[in-house]
Amino acid sequence: MLIICLIDEEVVKKKDHSGGRRIMQQIGFLAPRPGVLARREEIVADLADLLPEGCLVHEPRRLVPFETDAFVSYRRLPLAVALPETTQQVAAVLKYCHRYGIPVVPRGAGTSLSGGAIPQEDAVVLGLSKMSRILEVDFASRTATVEAGVTNLAISDAVSADGYFYAPDPSSQLACTIGGNIGMNSGGAHCLKYGVTTNNLLGVKLVLVDGTIVELGGKALDAPGLDLLGVVCGGEGQLGIVTEATVRLIARPEGARPVLFGFDSAEEAGACVADVIGAGIIPVAIEYMDKPAIEICEAFAKAGYPMDVEALLIVEVEGSEAEMDAMLAAIIEIARRHGVKVVKESQSAMEAALIWKGRKSAFGATGRIADYICMDGTVPLGQLPHVLRGTAEIVAKYGLRVANVFHAGDGNMHPLILFNANDPEDAARAEAAGNDILKLCVDVGGCLTGEHGVGIEKRDLMRHQYSEADLAQQMAVRAAFDPQWLLNPSKVFPLEGRPAA
Amino acid sequence: MSLRHEPLSEAAAARLVQAASLGGARLAIRGGGTRSLVQPPEEADILSTRGLAGIVDYTPAEMTMTVRVGTPLSEIVETLAENRQMLSFEPLDLRAALGTSGAPTIGGVFATNASGPRRFVAGAARDSLLGVRFVNGRGEIVKAGGRVMKNVTGLDLVKLLTGSQGSLALLTEVTFRVLPLPETALTVVVSGLDDGLAVAAMATAVSLSVEVSGAAHLPESVRGRFAGGVLPEGAATVFRLEGLAASVTARAEKLEAALARFGAVYRADAETTLTLWREIRDAAPYADGTARPLWRVSVGPTAGHQLVAALRLETGVDAFYDWQGGLVWLRMEADAEAELLRRYVRAVGGGHATLLRARPEVLCAVPVFEPQPEALAALEGRVKAAFDPSGVFVSRMVAE
Repeated sequence: MLIICLIDEEVVKKKDHSGGRRIMQQIGFLAPRPGVLARREEIVADLADLLPEGCLVHEPRRLVPFETDAFVSYRRLPLAVALPETTQQVAAVLKYCHRYGIPVVPRGAGTSLSGGAIPQEDAVVLGLSKMSRILEVDFASRTATVEAGVTNLAISDAVSADGYFYAPDPSSQLACTIGGNIGMNSGGAHCLKYGVTTNNLLGVKLVLVDGTIVELGGKALDAPGLDLLGVVCGGEGQLGIVTEATVRLIARPEGARPVLFGFDSAEEAGACVADVIGAGIIPVAIEYMDKPAIEICEAFAKAGYPMDVEALLIVEVEGSEAEMDAMLAAIIEIARRHGVKVVKESQSAMEAALIWKGRKSAFGATGRIADYICMDGTVPLGQLPHVLRGTAEIVAKYGLRVANVFHAGDGNMHPLILFNANDPEDAARAEAAGNDILKLCVDVGGCLTGEHGVGIEKRDLMRHQYSEADLAQQMAVRAAFDPQWLLNPSKVFPLEGRPAA
Repeated sequence: MSLRHEPLSEAAAARLVQAASLGGARLAIRGGGTRSLVQPPEEADILSTRGLAGIVDYTPAEMTMTVRVGTPLSEIVETLAENRQMLSFEPLDLRAALGTSGAPTIGGVFATNASGPRRFVAGAARDSLLGVRFVNGRGEIVKAGGRVMKNVTGLDLVKLLTGSQGSLALLTEVTFRVLPLPETALTVVVSGLDDGLAVAAMATAVSLSVEVSGAAHLPESVRGRFAGGVLPEGAATVFRLEGLAASVTARAEKLEAALARFGAVYRADAETTLTLWREIRDAAPYADGTARPLWRVSVGPTAGHQLVAALRLETGVDAFYDWQGGLVWLRMEADAEAELLRRYVRAVGGGHATLLRARPEVLCAVPVFEPQPEALAALEGRVKAAFDPSGVFVSRMVAE
């Protein structure tokens, strides 16, 4: 299935295989700077001088792979793509772009679900894919120092033989980079116990917008001065470019066991989650799937999910056999109180792997049967049943279907709204339904995004969560790092009401 | 003579800060006044948070609490304990070490990112803080973060404000996550290790899947001053295990088996464990009623003992280690030796040193917080201006 959202006629001719229908774009980008567009050839020549051979992409055909990320509804061809091999080259590109007022959009693997890596016509994309070395593993200090283009999973792979792992595990961990994870403060299924990226990040090498290279943090547990690392993590590439990171490693538990709990209703499953957490039991993960999600994932992964239930929880516990047994017994008792219909323990490592394969491929499997947009609001645990009900009502009102699959233990919801991208009205309805769901999340005390980031997707909803003073304060901090708003400038903050650069 | 302001509401605090910013006045924020011996400059008025107190919301089942910043820490700890919950990061209490009195506030805890032994596995205060309300230097009321566990909506100003030592804004309300109190705890003690072997033993312990929630090394010079002197003769390298009783015992056996090759292994009970780790948290051996310089140094876990060994060749120091060796509590015998200490911190791979205690004239003359390299100092200055453009809030944290 092809998703096409088109910007200008030239691209329409090239990309649109569906008969030239033009989908209305709901979300705008900053207007390209004419002065930059006019100097395009000169800029490309200058960048070519700053970078080794093979590290600059500028022919329109070769720019296409960089025009969007996993938020495929929106596309923009960048002016050029720089693929530096060293921090010094990143600094040189930034210094140049800063001097001439050229926007820069950082890019890891391009797996952002919120459009965080989508470029714009006057921007140089700074891709970190060539910086993918693991620089140092220090088991005595429990740290790994890596270049920003290393994939999330590569870190765990590099240390697993020695019994360690890197905890944050976004579903895209096979492809996504640690640099992108830091930009978005990515989470994953196992964050309930181990925290998200910011809780597992000890230091970074950061190139500021003017090309200055600074180090924040390191192997020490806390850094001197203001917690700049804390705001750079999740800064969505607006505060600087991270080129190296020092992350915390954790000793792998003796064992881990996912268990399936099937319920007849979303309410029962939601209440069970709240009671497990409320009882002081913190499993490594509690994942939720509703019936449509179960069907989609089971068809794809053959994971042995029960098909005759309305809601499924995957609860993972870890530790020694005795500890897992004890914790599971407590969880099963709570689940019984909420009328659990099926309890199914994985019988082998292969079964356990299948259970997670099904969950982690939920987005990909959904993409095989329909187009979808994925929301990422987080709500207080007690509001889960209410928000699930509200989500169903909103989606029904727009005449659409939804599959829910999310991190229930921390209230991080992922409704996948299914639609047909070739029908512009359907697409607009899906976007509107998504916005309504996110507003509901905020209204019950939650937030717009738990782990995917604001990007462009949720940018124009920011005023629903924040007051003008709240946003002005965030933008003032942004401007302290990047006074000219050159770094990823179309993202996060609504385009109207920004301070004059 | 400086004035002391004690606003009774966030709105009153905002008006006060706004008036100060327009009138060119300067304010030094004060919670319980227990965490710092640094005196604010004479021209600054005191802005006390004592009037901004009270628990706003506590939902045990969601493991979150919202309180006003002037709320005494003791009230929060007690309320949580009634529901068998706790602050996971073990905020330290510096009253005995610094000779301060008064009631520590939750605002002071977050403004100084005050984190104890569990920090090296469970995160710092900054990792528990979910949302804040604050008054910036313009007198505007601003909120950041929220009350959910996962939130990446916009810039994480919550992290930036935690540990900012009152340099950016007046926190007025904080929402933080809490954790269940462990059912029981015990401490595994390995006796007689020198600093280097202790580091190896601690590295071994954290490489096992036994989830130690504390790893500290107490050299012979301080060992007798912990837990009423009940720890066995010689240096004590101590490991805390917490959780369900059966699990703690099983993990202790596994840990003891792995540590036996380092030295004689003992086990301390739950009661001793409680006292011991509170004393480690609060640097109890250095609560000696003196003004001898006391430093809190954060370095890589394997660098702490190298730092101390290097310093010993040049000056008189006493030290013990928390956070698997990465947090060094350092008491100087005579001079503060700030330059020497910071040079050696850089030499062992970087980190930072904070001077908590010294004679008043030393505290005035020595940079108590680690001076930043030029580029970072400039950036911090711009961040400070983003919150507090007219410099209302005085703090030694950000260079002026």
